[in-house]
Amino acid sequence: MSTSVIPITAVPPVGKSRRKFSSYPLKARIGAIIVGVFVLLAIFGPYLAPFDPSATKNTQAYPVGPNWTHLLGTTAIGGDVLSQMLVGIRATVFVGLTAGVIATFLSVLVGVSSGFLGGASDEGLSLLTNAVLVLPALPLLVVILGYLPQASNLVTAFVLSVLGWPWGARVIRAQTLSLRRRDFVAAARETGESTWRIIVSEIIPNEVSLIAASFVGTVLYAILTSVALTFLGLGDLSNWSLGSMLYWSQNGNAITLGAWWWYLPPGLAVAFLGMGLVLLNFGLDELGNPRLRDATGQHKIAGHVWRPADPTPVVRDSDLVKRGLFTRGFAALRQGVRPVRSSVAKGDDVETTIKGNADG
Amino acid sequence: MKFITRRLATYAFAAWIAITVNFFIPRFIPGNAAEAMMAKFPSLQPAALKAIEIEFGIGKQGSLFHQYTSYLVNIFHGNLGISTNFYPATVTSVLKQTLPWTLILVGTATVISFVLGTVLGILAAWRRGGKLDQLLPALTFLQAVPYFFLALIAVEIFAVHWHIFPIGQGFSLGFSPGWNWPFIQSAIYHSILPAITLIVTSMAGWMLQMRNVMITTIGEDYVLAAQAKGLSSRRVVWTYAARNAILPNIAGFAISLGFVVAGALVMEFVFSYPGVGYTLYNAVTSDDYPLMQGIFLVISMTVLVANLLADVVYLIADPRTRRGSES
Repeated sequence: MSTSVIPITAVPPVGKSRRKFSSYPLKARIGAIIVGVFVLLAIFGPYLAPFDPSATKNTQAYPVGPNWTHLLGTTAIGGDVLSQMLVGIRATVFVGLTAGVIATFLSVLVGVSSGFLGGASDEGLSLLTNAVLVLPALPLLVVILGYLPQASNLVTAFVLSVLGWPWGARVIRAQTLSLRRRDFVAAARETGESTWRIIVSEIIPNEVSLIAASFVGTVLYAILTSVALTFLGLGDLSNWSLGSMLYWSQNGNAITLGAWWWYLPPGLAVAFLGMGLVLLNFGLDELGNPRLRDATGQHKIAGHVWRPADPTPVVRDSDLVKRGLFTRGFAALRQGVRPVRSSVAKGDDVETTIKGNADG
Repeated sequence: MKFITRRLATYAFAAWIAITVNFFIPRFIPGNAAEAMMAKFPSLQPAALKAIEIEFGIGKQGSLFHQYTSYLVNIFHGNLGISTNFYPATVTSVLKQTLPWTLILVGTATVISFVLGTVLGILAAWRRGGKLDQLLPALTFLQAVPYFFLALIAVEIFAVHWHIFPIGQGFSLGFSPGWNWPFIQSAIYHSILPAITLIVTSMAGWMLQMRNVMITTIGEDYVLAAQAKGLSSRRVVWTYAARNAILPNIAGFAISLGFVVAGALVMEFVFSYPGVGYTLYNAVTSDDYPLMQGIFLVISMTVLVANLLADVVYLIADPRTRRGSES
């Protein structure tokens, strides 16, 4: 084991080398997998559907529970629930992603211009951002969609994004304000780079994690809101989506009939998709703020449970302290370098262990 | 003071957006309340259209600017028009009946969930990895479940299956709303299940945010210093760490006040609760445009006033804003 000097940095090293998937926080990984599965289902689901989701049986007057022909049972008029799900996930994911892309684009546009340009344009854009932020979104959506005779998924997504951008814009503006004062931006300006170039190649790359978090948050908001709106009967009811499935099951008294296979699958699908997005966002948070990382791994060092607010730990039975290594390891920990999960055995070199983990 | 004037300008602007959107939407979209009324009563002669338009004040008389100014004047006189659904009741009188239901139920539920969530978040952060902290995955799930879905299942279990709570409505049949004990009792009984579902779902968000900010705050040097001074744990947690970590939560509370009147919409739909949200839903499904516009206006104004109050609280809680620096 070699003893190299460790560069202690709060930010994990970023470079051309690709990080291993397993090095991302657990929450981010679980979230990414869940979201990935849903995206795959959105793409291929309709081809996998065993039945035509809109097919009905005239002879049937009550919902049939799960059986080998219909794995998730049928609706009251004989529609196959599994097929409706497989077809419907696409529309729900589509609304979420479309609204997410448009709203994030607007947040970046407004947030970066407002933070970077400053002065009167900042005042104006901040005023607009804060004003749209306090407008009650759901009633406004209900009113707008109530007026539209037939709201397609695209229209719903568009209306959702028009109201969904201010939160991200506020966060991005704050970050831009702080980046603008940094030395590297001043240096870029001194070398005569144009404002446009500074924004695109100096400011925005430093906000990627923030933009990603804001995108994930907006997708979550768009999915939950669009499902709720469709459930209320204000969205697109002519196409299958998780929201319209819930609407028709409510309409067909699925709950009173005890037809759990009719309303539980779409509801749980939304919940899992939502949870995947929440976890992904937590993971992104943890990447940016290492203090939030999993407590079980973080607060054990040299076999001692380390509470975040405990004073400097005292390790009596180790010569690590004498060598001054432990305190440096502690400092690394305080600055957010993730220590090894297992306790450090006596005689192990704390420095290399920590370094290895920070790189990995 | 600069902070307050700045916020006032923001709210004035937001109010203007709300009013203007309210004014323009019906004018951009074909059909109006008078036509909806004509469709509702097929016996009306076509000539009656003009009379209805005048009655409801929705005809397209005069220039757009003229219409806009008279619309503004009407709003400032509290004249929101006549509901087509509850004809001949005015929108204002319909609102007077429905607003208290929402404000009392959802207001109480919001405050309870905020206080509970914040306190639990503080404890979870302090006892990190403890029992409370291990509830986090469940909380994450709660945050991601669509609210109405959870409410539907709660109705199924507690009302349909076990008959512990009523299925919906604000009070039992046979009571007349008023300040008498039997009615209040019935109203409270009917509000328990909706309140619990609201608290359970919204508490998770407060708790998670508080916990995360608190964990960052606990790592600050002044918290370490406070401990090193030998202060009691309780003092360190509550007056050093939590006192500072709560600021984002207060700011979030201001924004969530919007949901007091707004997010309740879905809850009121599921429980058929006689509040503003359910009335708005009914207005939308029955094309009662004047009522829709009126409710949206009242909701926006309530939210703006509530935000202003929350700003004042923030001003008291965070001395830095008083020095006039941008928050």
